[in-house]
Amino acid sequence: MKTNRLGHWLAIFFGTLYFLLPLVATFEFSLRKLRGVYSFEAYRVVLADPQFQSSFVYSVVLAVITIVFGMAIIVPMAYFVELRLRKLRPFVEFVTLLPLVVPAIVIVFGYLRLYNSSSLLPLTNTSTGTSFLLTCGYVTLALPYMYRSVETGLRAIDVRTLTEAAESLGASAGTIIWRIILPNIRSAMLSGAFLTFAIVIGEFTFASLLNRPAFGPYLQLIGANRAYEPAALAVMAFMITWACMGLIQVISRNTVAARP
Amino acid sequence: MSFIEISHLRKSFGANTVVHDFDLSIDKGEFVSFLGPSGCGKTTILRMIAGFETASAGAIQIGGTEVTHLPPSRRKVGMVFQAYALFPNLTVAGNIGFGLKIAGKDKGEIDARVAEMLELIKLPDLGSRYPYQLSGGQQQRVALARALAVKPEVLLLDEPLSALDAKIRVSLREEIRALQRDLGITTVFVTHDQEEALSISDRIVVMNEGRADQIGTPSDIYNNPATRFVASFVGTLNLLEARVVDPAAGRLSIDGQPVMTTRDLSAFGIADETTVALRPEALTLGDGNGDRNTLSGTVEEVAFLGAVIRVRVRLSEARLSLDLFNDPALQLPRIGAPAAISFKREDLLVMDRR
Ligand SMILES: Nc1ncnc2c1ncn2[C@@H]1O[C@H](COP(=O)(O)OP(=O)(O)OP(=O)(O)O)[C@@H](O)[C@H]1O
Ligand SMILES: [Mg+2]
Repeated sequence: MKTNRLGHWLAIFFGTLYFLLPLVATFEFSLRKLRGVYSFEAYRVVLADPQFQSSFVYSVVLAVITIVFGMAIIVPMAYFVELRLRKLRPFVEFVTLLPLVVPAIVIVFGYLRLYNSSSLLPLTNTSTGTSFLLTCGYVTLALPYMYRSVETGLRAIDVRTLTEAAESLGASAGTIIWRIILPNIRSAMLSGAFLTFAIVIGEFTFASLLNRPAFGPYLQLIGANRAYEPAALAVMAFMITWACMGLIQVISRNTVAARP
Repeated sequence: MSFIEISHLRKSFGANTVVHDFDLSIDKGEFVSFLGPSGCGKTTILRMIAGFETASAGAIQIGGTEVTHLPPSRRKVGMVFQAYALFPNLTVAGNIGFGLKIAGKDKGEIDARVAEMLELIKLPDLGSRYPYQLSGGQQQRVALARALAVKPEVLLLDEPLSALDAKIRVSLREEIRALQRDLGITTVFVTHDQEEALSISDRIVVMNEGRADQIGTPSDIYNNPATRFVASFVGTLNLLEARVVDPAAGRLSIDGQPVMTTRDLSAFGIADETTVALRPEALTLGDGNGDRNTLSGTVEEVAFLGAVIRVRVRLSEARLSLDLFNDPALQLPRIGAPAAISFKREDLLVMDRR
């Protein structure tokens, strides 16, 4: 019993070490921009870089649009599959997994072929058009994660019976989704949203090939040209991710409190 | 003209027909139970009345309006589910007021009605709780209040008590019945528990494989079961093979011993085989006087069940059980001893040939 307990602690210790050591080292390195003293100079430089600001804001905006767009497609779809087309579930699951199988580069070349300046729908002619294309790409990319989390949320409640209960009380499909389904899968949707956020913020292939000023290409640019700033950026990226995960935790704890 | 008219209702899932040519009329304010074993189609019929399932053929009328093809939201039907199905994100008051809110009532009216409903289900102080903070019995009462708050014309309950434990099941079924009587609401109640159906219904529909085997009052169903299935499903029963001796005089023989029945035997010919049934509680130990039938055999088993003692007696081939009320002064029959059993002529039930 005792040795067992010791084994657990050792496993936790080495696990923690494995994760934290590189992070601590990166952090330590990022503080050494000024010779001889620890300082946040690298962070100051990064944050003051107008390109950092613009690319970060661009990516955040795109992430938000991606989440709204994606959820608007996925929630009603997953709901109707769960409600009426349970038999289709394996098929839908397969389709939503496709973005993980088809490499991003294939999707982006497909887009470029279909929507280039000499095509019927020349989206790449304008920067707004290209940004729209990029958002579509992100929605595709985030599909597996969003679908999975929404579906998990839907499975945790009795979608059919709740829907029927609401129907017999006179509610329409829209009202049911808005007043009954959404509030009950809120935490699942939020975790999907934060995952999507984390993916979009760091995405490189789409943004780079479509030549949009996003955060991913900026990270790559800095990484190739500077010494200390990439480390500072990496630490900040981790902070953002952790903040997202922390938020997921807080939100799911709050909603768990509203359910047994 | 009755309030609910179901005529020639049929439902098939693919090639599998689960409800066959089902007819039923329900009067306004009546409490009707669907009773039957698992898979016999009770839920399917209820769901067709509610509009969650579309009929493959036939028609349903509620209050003179044809509703067969109306969506559930337009049928003025309240539904209570086995699994409660309260909205987890809303409080008790939010749940009860949901239908009124959908109907666009103003806040004052909703609050008043919710308070009234909470009073009705005897949970006046729990309006601000969430469903997960309630016991199963309380949740089901809230579900009942939610269904009734919008003043539906029909109340449908699908095994609302089967997720609850025995004590609450009994008290809640009486509450439901009392509430139903007060409001005078036409109610269809699905159950597979015969005691439940017998105790609270005006009429019972005994279902068997998608058909109504018998429709009648509880005492009718219990005392005059129309088919062998009804007889064996409702209550405990001794089923025995018998031979018709004289149809006109009501004379039969069981295991070679002569018996009389007051039931109509005109459908049978001399020497026809038939099945007869005897309720354990209709039998008494000992010889009967001239009016009663008497069968003799040997005691095979004596089982102590608390309030009653069940004795199994073997004739030459057939076995039958009878119930004695427990009484400390009672001399229990000995196993292997000879025993005579007697019963009234009208207690000998003769089953249809189906
Ligand atoms: N959606 C469906 N698709 C296919 N078959 C179904 C469907 N719903 C019900 N059935 C079948 O119809 C038959 C009757 O089902 P129903 O749910 O009405 O039974 P029930 O009498 O309510 O039984 P229980 O007491 O177990 O609830 C069953 O054989 C069931 O398998
Ligand atoms: Mg059922």
